[in-house]
Amino acid sequence: MTEPCLFVIGATHHNAPVEVREKLAVDSESALRGQLASVQGLREIAILNTCNRVEFYGVGASEAALDSVQAVYCARQQFEVGQFEKIRIRLTGVDAALHLFEVASGIDSQLVGENEIFGQVKEAYAAAQASGSTGAVLNRLFQKAFQAAKHVRTHTGISSGRVSVANVAVDLATNIFGSLADAKVLVLGTGEIGEGTAKAFKSRGADDLAVAGRRIERATEVAGGLGAGTVKFEELDSHLASYDIIVCSTSAPTAVVRTSAISAAMKRRPARPLLLIDLALPRDVEASAADLQNVFLYNLDDLAKIAESNRAAREAEIVRCRELLSQRAAGLWEHVQRYLATGPDGDAPKPGSAASGPAPAPRTEA
Amino acid sequence: MFADLTDRQWLWCAAGFYSVGLLLGTASLVRGGRIRGLLIYGAILAGYALQFIGLGVRGRAAGGCPLGNEFEIFQFTAWSAITLYLVVGVTFRSSVLGYFTSCLGAALTILSLSIPSWDAVRRTHIFGGNPWIELHASLAIFSYGVFGLLALTSTLFLFRHFSLKSKRLGGWFSFLPSILDLDHIEVRLLGTGALLLTLALLFGSIYWSRDTANVGYAKLTATVMVWAVASIAFALRVSGRLISKRFAWTCLALFAAALLSLGAVDESRHPVAPAAEHRVTP
Repeated sequence: MTEPCLFVIGATHHNAPVEVREKLAVDSESALRGQLASVQGLREIAILNTCNRVEFYGVGASEAALDSVQAVYCARQQFEVGQFEKIRIRLTGVDAALHLFEVASGIDSQLVGENEIFGQVKEAYAAAQASGSTGAVLNRLFQKAFQAAKHVRTHTGISSGRVSVANVAVDLATNIFGSLADAKVLVLGTGEIGEGTAKAFKSRGADDLAVAGRRIERATEVAGGLGAGTVKFEELDSHLASYDIIVCSTSAPTAVVRTSAISAAMKRRPARPLLLIDLALPRDVEASAADLQNVFLYNLDDLAKIAESNRAAREAEIVRCRELLSQRAAGLWEHVQRYLATGPDGDAPKPGSAASGPAPAPRTEA
Repeated sequence: MFADLTDRQWLWCAAGFYSVGLLLGTASLVRGGRIRGLLIYGAILAGYALQFIGLGVRGRAAGGCPLGNEFEIFQFTAWSAITLYLVVGVTFRSSVLGYFTSCLGAALTILSLSIPSWDAVRRTHIFGGNPWIELHASLAIFSYGVFGLLALTSTLFLFRHFSLKSKRLGGWFSFLPSILDLDHIEVRLLGTGALLLTLALLFGSIYWSRDTANVGYAKLTATVMVWAVASIAFALRVSGRLISKRFAWTCLALFAAALLSLGAVDESRHPVAPAAEHRVTP
C-alpha cells in the first residue's frame, strides 16, 4: 500500500501487563522524537506515554512508515519486535482516529471514565506541537479528539461515579453533606489508605481535617503533609461530636470506635449527620453504630460494592459514547482523507524539526 | 381563538403541561437516564403561566382571589406550591424536585378538574369586600402551597435516607440532592409556611374577634390544628428533638392535615352560588 495514512501503534494496559509496560515506558520522548525524525516518509508524529499506555499517533506517506516507527521504538527499548507485535495495537485511518477519541474520553482507560487521561493527551499533544512534529492532520485530529471527549463527558454518564475507594468515599460524603467545604473530617489511623482518603477529601474541598493515630509523631507527620490538625488517640471519644466524617483505617485488632461513644456524640449534635467510613480490617467501628439515627456507617465491602456498581454503570455508557465518537470520527475522517489524497507531499513539518527540552516522565493514568 | 377559552379550559391546558413534566421525568427514570431538568422546568413554567391565566379569569369574574370552592382552593394551592418552586426551587439545583413538583401540580390540578361537584357551586362574596379577609385567605392557602413543596422535599429526604441506609446510591438515587441540603430546605420551608400561616391567622383573628359567630367551629379547629402542628414541628426541629426521618414524616403528615382541613375551611363559608365558566373576554 503506498497511500498516505493516519495511524496509531503502541501498547496499552489491555494486552501489556505492568511488568511489560515497565519495559516499554519511554524515558525521553524528545530523544525518541529525534530518532523518529529520520524515519523515511513519516510526516507527523505524537507520542502518548503514560503508565498505562505508550502510543504513537502519526501520519506516514505509506504504511511502511508505521513499521519503521515500530522498528525504531523497539530497537530503542531493546524490546523484541515479535513480542511487541503480539501485544501491540495497530490501527489506521478512521479506526486510529476513533481510538484517540476513545482514549481522550477515558473509555479506553483502566478505570473507565477517569479524567486524568484527558490532561495527559493534551500534554502529549502540546509536547508534539512544541517540537514541531505535528501538522495539519494531527492538529485537526487532536483538536477534534478534545472536542469529542468534552462532548461525551458532558452528554453521557461516562464520568459519573468514581472507582477508587478514596473517591467512592468522597462521593458518598457528598451524598450526605453536599459541598464538603464545611465538613469536618477526622482520619483515624496513619496508614496509606487513610492518608490517601484524606487527600481525596482535601482535593474535593474539605479543608478542616484532623488526624489521630496511636503514635502521635506519625500522626503529626501525616497531618503536616495534609495541612491538618491532630487529635490524641486516647481523647478520641470526646472529640467524636466535633466531626462530620470519620475515616477509620487503623490496624487495631478490635473496634476502636464504640457504638456507645457515637451515641453519646450524637446527643451533642442530633441534627447533623455523621458519616463513618471504616476502611480497616478487622473493622474499627462497631457494626451496631449503623442503627443510630443520623449515623451512616460504610465499611470496605460497602464501598467496594458501590465502586463495582459505578463501574458497571459507566461501562453501560461506553456503548453510547462509542456511537457518539464513531459519528465524530467518521466526520473527521472524511476531511482527513481528502487532505491525504490531495494535500501537498512533504509540506508538513518533519518530526523533531523543532528543538525541545527533556520530555516529562511517564504520567500516571489512574 | 384563545379569547374563547374558559377558565377551566385554561386550567386543563395547565394540567396538561404539568403532566408533560411528569411524563418526561417518568420516562427518564424508566430508561434509567438523567432527568432532563430544563425540559421539566419549561413544562412547569408553561403550565404555571396557563394556570395563572385560568385563575386570573376566574378571579376577575369572582371579583377577588378565587377561593370560593374546593376546586379553586386546590388550584390555588397547586399554584402557590409551583410559584415557590419557580422562585426558589431553582436554587436547589435538583431536577428530581422539579419532577416531583410536576407530579404535585398534575395531581392537584387534574384531581380538582376531574371532580365536577367540587366546582358545581362556589361561595360568593366570601371576603365580604374586606381586603384583610382576602389577605388572610390567600396567605393561608399560600402557606398550604408551601407545605405542599415541603411534602415533596420530605419525600425526597426519605428516599435519600433510604438510599444511604440501604447503601443503594446508583440509579435514580444518584440524582437526589444531599441529605443535609434536603434537611436545610425542609427547615426553611417549614419555617416559611408556619410564618405565613401565623400571619394569615393573625389577620383572620382580627375579623373573627369582631364577628365570632360567622366563623365555623370546624374551620377554626382545623386551621388552628394545622398551625399548631407546623409551629410545634418547627420548634422541635430547631431544638434538635425532631430530626431526620421522623421530621420528614411529620412534614408529610402536616401537608396531609392541611389538605384535609380544606373541607372544613370551605364548608364554613356562605353564601353559595352556582359556579359558571368564564372567558377571557366575557
